[in-house]
Amino acid sequence: MADTVHSTTSGATGRAEGNLVTRFFRATEIDTRMLGMIGALLIIWIGFHILTGGLFLTPRNLWNLSVQTASVAVMATGMVLVIVTRNIDLSVGSILGFTGMIMGVLQSRFLPELLGFNHPALWIIALTGGIIVGGLIGTLHGVIIAFLGVPSFIVTLGGLLIWRGATWFVTSGQTVAPMDANFRLMGGGTEGSIGATWSWVVGAIACIGIVAAIINARRQRKRFAFPRRPIWAEYVLVALGCVIVLGAVSIANDYYWPVNIARRYADANGIAWPEGGLLISHGIAIPVLIAIAAGIVMTFIATRLRFGRYVFAIGGNPEAAELAGIKTRWVTVKIFALMGVLCAIAAAISTARLNAATNAQGELDELYTIAAAVIGGTSLAGGIGSIAGAMLGALVMQSLQSGMVLLGIDTPFQRIVVGAVLVVAVWLDTVYRAKAK
Amino acid sequence: MTEQTTPLVEMKNISISFGGIHAVENASIDLFPGEVVALLGHNGAGKSTLIKILSGAYKRDGGDILINGETADIRTPREAKKYGIETIYQTLAVADNVDAAANLYLGRELQTKWGTLDDVAMEANTREVMGRLNPNFKRFKEPVKALSGGQRQSVAIARAILFDARILIMDEPTAALGPQETAQVGDLIKQLKREGIGIFLISHDIHDVFDLADRVFVMKNGKVVGHARTQDVTKDEVLGMIILGKVPPGATAGPGAMKVA
Repeated sequence: MADTVHSTTSGATGRAEGNLVTRFFRATEIDTRMLGMIGALLIIWIGFHILTGGLFLTPRNLWNLSVQTASVAVMATGMVLVIVTRNIDLSVGSILGFTGMIMGVLQSRFLPELLGFNHPALWIIALTGGIIVGGLIGTLHGVIIAFLGVPSFIVTLGGLLIWRGATWFVTSGQTVAPMDANFRLMGGGTEGSIGATWSWVVGAIACIGIVAAIINARRQRKRFAFPRRPIWAEYVLVALGCVIVLGAVSIANDYYWPVNIARRYADANGIAWPEGGLLISHGIAIPVLIAIAAGIVMTFIATRLRFGRYVFAIGGNPEAAELAGIKTRWVTVKIFALMGVLCAIAAAISTARLNAATNAQGELDELYTIAAAVIGGTSLAGGIGSIAGAMLGALVMQSLQSGMVLLGIDTPFQRIVVGAVLVVAVWLDTVYRAKAK
Repeated sequence: MTEQTTPLVEMKNISISFGGIHAVENASIDLFPGEVVALLGHNGAGKSTLIKILSGAYKRDGGDILINGETADIRTPREAKKYGIETIYQTLAVADNVDAAANLYLGRELQTKWGTLDDVAMEANTREVMGRLNPNFKRFKEPVKALSGGQRQSVAIARAILFDARILIMDEPTAALGPQETAQVGDLIKQLKREGIGIFLISHDIHDVFDLADRVFVMKNGKVVGHARTQDVTKDEVLGMIILGKVPPGATAGPGAMKVA
């Protein structure tokens, strides 16, 4: 019995057969589809690097890229679950706008009257308030979809209009600014980065995590005498993971504070201005850490908890899930509630970064979020999708946009390109899946 | 066979009607441990309706269900499962985007002490059950979609027996399968028989089930025409029961039998 899905041509029976490349992938169990996406990303990056004459693959641009991706990446992690269950959420951009406005008003109008400006608890109360509002909006959508039987397309299309309108009503259209100083850290920037030392600490923790995960997986397989990867494959995976993590940290650390900010910092702290300038590393930006944390938590939910298993089972066969005794309606409500919470987190990142809450915040984000999930391999037919893929999809979209900005391409043309890429990406995926069968 | 023991399942004088139409009228069937009973009849003869009463999908208007000689109160699929009655639906009811272990445990997942899914333990048990049912089955890591019809059928059956089903209901178990896969399911059924599980096979095609069954019950127009041990009757005689309601000498007549003048 052939036990390979990916090799359609050979029908090989032996594991030792095949060339070195296929053997490598089989041994390491690396997902070739994901690898294809990383390949596409690298092509985009290198292409832009050449076209812009060496502007793209610089620590500064890559760091900015990571910060710009964070907000949509956070929402994309939730959109995966929504689309996997054959639903759609068109309202995420408007929920982002509304929760962003709520958080803005809380921290710069409402709470300062009670607590005073720059109170240390301001940001946490504002963020919590936004998350609660986001969760409630999502729950409302979910209840209407699951228990009243209105299609999610319609409910969230209504939500798209309603919450955008509601955003206007909070301040009668006025922009709210500035944000609380602590809240602003969530938006990145010079202040909102963790610096070189802490970045290395995060990198080290990530590496330890990779090693621990691989050892644990191996131990678990051993416990039940399942086939294990060859030991060299484990080493390759550990090395690959650590190199990527530490490489990313080192790039983030290679982006130094702008001269004027560094000078102001030096003056304020009484540091003598050294010859050749003071080099202070940005390190990893806080919004990027938030996005990574969201990705890890959502991956855990999707793959390690019952809830995640039910999400995928419902996406694969709603009737079978129902017959198996799964409370499919409650699962739907929870998915949309989670989506609302993630919108609020994305709103915190985006308002903090802009240092303002505006009416137009998050406009078109629903489309970028859906596109990120779909480019990342989430099937609109339901049942298939991965969080990591969706976040990578968000990075691909943002890379295209920021590359075109560097090239000086006009916004209308940028949209044409992004739209075309979306269609081509899904077409390629369809071809890949048809072949993989 | 074990005719002396109490029947595993006894459905006595079951009636149900939908909007004044008697879908099942005064029907009685029984099933012994380790026995395969085929329930035959045309589409609309009432066989599926009768069996759905047993699996808890329909509520009966009258009659009794006895499990191991004791009256059983079955009103929902969940209550039926409590009595060890598992149903394998014609549509198989598997989520084909997840693997065999996920399907086997769907809705009843094993968890670690931290509340996360214990995939390794589930896969281990799945391997054990599948190894018993279908030793050739090796594709544990792949979505069920990638499996053949017979393999999917064995996943569906494994799900039923994993939770200690004593009574298995299979609705048209081989209708969608090729000859080789049908043979595979046949082997599976014989295996389950040896383990003492009682099996109801429902089919409108006698050729699907005649060789597998120990006894047949034939239904027509909501009534039981009669029942017979397969060794006492021929396929043609059973066909006569299905089509005409004519009861051959080797069979026991029921309330739906053609009145012989």
